Amino acid sequence: MSKTGTIGDSVFRTILIIFAATILVIVAAMIAMMVQNSIPTIREFGFGFLTGSRWLPASDIYGALPFIYGTIVSSLIALILAVPLSLGIAIFLVEQAPARIARPIAFMVELLAAIPSVVYGLWGIFVLAPFIRVYLGPFLQNYFGFIPLFQGRLTGIGMLTGGIIMALMVTPIVTAVVRDVLEVVPTAQREAALALGATKWETTVIVLGNAASGIAGAVVLGLGRALGETMAVTMVIGNSPQISASLFEPAYTIASVLAANFAEATDKLYMSALIEMGLVLFLVTFIVNALAKLLVLRVAKRQTGH
Amino acid sequence: MGSKINIKNLNFFYGADQALFDISLKIPERQVMAFIGPSGCGKSTFLRVLNRMNDTIPIAKVSGTVKIDGKDIYAPKTDVVALRRKVGMVFQKSNPFPKTIFENVAYGIRINRMHKDKTDLEERVEKALKDSALWDEVKDRLNTSAFGLSGGQQQRLCIARALAVQPEVILMDEPASALDPIATQKIEELVVELKEHYTIAIVTHNMQQAARVSDRTAFFMLGKLIEVNPTERMFTHPDEKLTEDYITGRFG
Repeated sequence: MSKTGTIGDSVFRTILIIFAATILVIVAAMIAMMVQNSIPTIREFGFGFLTGSRWLPASDIYGALPFIYGTIVSSLIALILAVPLSLGIAIFLVEQAPARIARPIAFMVELLAAIPSVVYGLWGIFVLAPFIRVYLGPFLQNYFGFIPLFQGRLTGIGMLTGGIIMALMVTPIVTAVVRDVLEVVPTAQREAALALGATKWETTVIVLGNAASGIAGAVVLGLGRALGETMAVTMVIGNSPQISASLFEPAYTIASVLAANFAEATDKLYMSALIEMGLVLFLVTFIVNALAKLLVLRVAKRQTGH
Repeated sequence: MGSKINIKNLNFFYGADQALFDISLKIPERQVMAFIGPSGCGKSTFLRVLNRMNDTIPIAKVSGTVKIDGKDIYAPKTDVVALRRKVGMVFQKSNPFPKTIFENVAYGIRINRMHKDKTDLEERVEKALKDSALWDEVKDRLNTSAFGLSGGQQQRLCIARALAVQPEVILMDEPASALDPIATQKIEELVVELKEHYTIAIVTHNMQQAARVSDRTAFFMLGKLIEVNPTERMFTHPDEKLTEDYITGRFG
């Protein structure tokens, strides 16, 4: 080995370490900046910031609860719709479809993930919102109107529309992860079930049992996506900081309020309120994503472990 | 003794590749028939023809007839689920489900709705575990994970799981190839005991094992059945020169 080679390698190594360290520095800097800038509202409202339900920037009253509520409820709607759909697609792709059908469908699902958020938003405004106002809303009110969830006026813009748009946006990622964990379930598990006289459905149940924690991981990952989804939701959710039992009423999410209000938040306390919500969203999605990664990893490990 | 399984002119293809050539063979009831031959000779493929496990491979194609109890299992209206219940299978690598020991054995009973009630289910599980010589080792931890068992115990659990659905035929695809000598010996003893009630077809790459456990042995090479004879004869005076060369270790 020539000496220059060794020097070259150590320079190379150092450069790579610097690159890798950059990520850690950026994350640390983001947290530090957000904590520092949310000090005014933390001082002013303390924990009450998260439980306060009034949001009146003109009177310097900042309660984040409507946004937290909107974020959680719209994400739950998204998951309730997206998880069965994704599971169905993934099971079809892995367990049923012959390769020549599975490949184009998988490709289209991946394509769905590549559509820009704002395009989903446009589609939401011009297609989904009228559809909900004219068809889905009246249908739900006719048959399930006794449930408070489906009462209220129908504008087409609101919590439900936001949730449905989110569902479409998280379906590709959940499908892709579920498909991956189903694929690592050993063929031996399927054959064991089949050899005992299991039907295709019973065999699939065994496969799902093998992949359970990975599927949980996929769901949590979808939750992480839904929590942080901004543009499309901002366009269809109505952007009104209220807590209403009705899914047809306009709502607001943390991500949306950040995107929509930064420009006008000139006041120091207003800015601090927005940044503190950003911090909350950051921490929650950070934890949710870490949990998802952990769950998915566990399946991969167990499958290769024996 | 009558033959349980009767195979006539069986050909098997993976797409354009032929894996089995014109195989005709009878497997007698309540005996052990061993299948030996070099790797890739088609013995595992042959075994998987008998419970139609090859159906899971889209490009697989079968011709000829395979009759079990006189019924062609490749006839169009065959109930494959019922067939696989009747023809159990134990695989090369033990493959317990990620469930408890009890639930592993109970699985086949449950999906085939064989039990009358909970007590009946427990009795059936116990019997299967006793028949696979595992009961004494696991009776105190039925509700723990099957993955906590040793490799040999897991394989006997898989045998118990297969026995629990009361099959008539058991196919074993190198069931001891991943096990240590003591665990292997236990499996072999079990095979000899099981033939009292079951017809057993066992694939093995271990000729001593074939000699120890089987009544008859079939020798496969390159997808062709070279010879089938009573095991004792096969290992002392084989009819074919090829068989003799293989058994004496001249190739393989």
